Amino acid sequence: MTHAIEFQNVTKTFKGAGYSAVDHVDFTVEEGEFITILGSSGCGKTTLLKMINRLYEPDSGKILLFGEDVGAVDVVGVRRHIGYVIQQIGLFPHMTIGGNIATVPRLLKWESGRISARVDELLDLIGLNPAEFKDRYPSQLSGGQQQRVGLARALAADPKIMLLDEPFGAVDSITRARLQEELRVLHGGMKKTFLFVTHDIEEAFLLVTRVMIMNRGKIVQFGTAEEIVRRPADEFVRSLVESAREKERFWEKMV
Amino acid sequence: MMDYLVKHFDDLGEAVTEHLLIVAAALLLSLLIASALTVLGTYSRIVSEGMLGLFSMIYSVPSLAMFALLIPLTGLGKTTAVVVLVIYNQYLLLRNFLAGLDGVDAGIVEAAAGMGMTKMQILVKIKLPLAKPALAAGIRIASVSTVSIAVIAASINAGGLGTILFDGLRTMNYAKIFWGSAASAFLAFFFDSLLGFFEKKVQGGVQ
Repeated sequence: MTHAIEFQNVTKTFKGAGYSAVDHVDFTVEEGEFITILGSSGCGKTTLLKMINRLYEPDSGKILLFGEDVGAVDVVGVRRHIGYVIQQIGLFPHMTIGGNIATVPRLLKWESGRISARVDELLDLIGLNPAEFKDRYPSQLSGGQQQRVGLARALAADPKIMLLDEPFGAVDSITRARLQEELRVLHGGMKKTFLFVTHDIEEAFLLVTRVMIMNRGKIVQFGTAEEIVRRPADEFVRSLVESAREKERFWEKMV
Repeated sequence: MMDYLVKHFDDLGEAVTEHLLIVAAALLLSLLIASALTVLGTYSRIVSEGMLGLFSMIYSVPSLAMFALLIPLTGLGKTTAVVVLVIYNQYLLLRNFLAGLDGVDAGIVEAAAGMGMTKMQILVKIKLPLAKPALAAGIRIASVSTVSIAVIAASINAGGLGTILFDGLRTMNYAKIFWGSAASAFLAFFFDSLLGFFEKKVQGGVQ
């Protein structure tokens, strides 16, 4: 059977770096899974993600999406069929919220009636009233609302795969918890494959079907949250889990 | 002083018209060429840096020398004047255009690329609208500089306000010197204010 995402021995080294950002990585993800990629900064998690929509090209190895080699097809076409959300949100400040969400459908040349209906549907989905928000500009929205719009924009053309690069890194912790919960519910309601990069272990464990833990360009463990907590693969994973536990103990002491 | 203005009002008017024609031709050509070079520059950093280096070197040549250098190629007169003004403007325009496009928030550009916009779509739909204030600022500086350098172009028989000024200098006619400089200063000021107004309007649109 074909996997939603398959990495075959993928390596990427940046010029001038002494080590590989992604080092001979193999893994598969099935359709509908919600994967978080966890690791400290510089571990290669963002590089890995950006090779899927070819913002970076791998030096060697192959990446297959539903059995199709992404390196062999038109790069612009691939990107239009993959949802992409980034930490800086990257909403276009000179376009309305409606215009932002309509970006990919417009690139795909949908008819205007279909685009307009889709924008309304998505605004409803992320809990923003279309009549009220459609014609506003990004600067008139709060950080949390902006990131919701970023999410809606990525979902616009109904992509099968969503790539999320620390999407909640820049919002306050209360908004963040709410967005995490909303995202989990959202994923449950659709048959999409989510890849979510984070350096926050609680976020990683809360959201998932499986967690991928990366260190120095390699995947050190890839499994369910339970597996990782019960049987950490090495010292690095153990210390990661331990640090989360310590934080929990700290909060217990406070009560 | 006033005497001169009353007697030679037509001469002055003619010089202003001639000056404006040179400036308009130079600006129009400059913008066309600079826009094409800017598009070229967005595709390759080496090309854009090479162009900036070259034009900054040329820009450092004094205008009087530049006019003289081109006489063997394009002769005396308006053509040479326009050619020199266009070459000078490339530095002012390119630098502002390229810096403005480069200054667009990296996150916004990455989001656009990640969603599958082509390089040209990113330039036209995202970078150009967001860089408008920088583009307008570049055009404003180039216009004012063109008005003042065009005065020197009278030294190679291009006509314009410089003719009155240089005549005055040669014959020690203070009225001519005064009105020649006052008119060119006024023109420069006029261009600056007009384009400043547009620049503000454009900035308001980007908010």
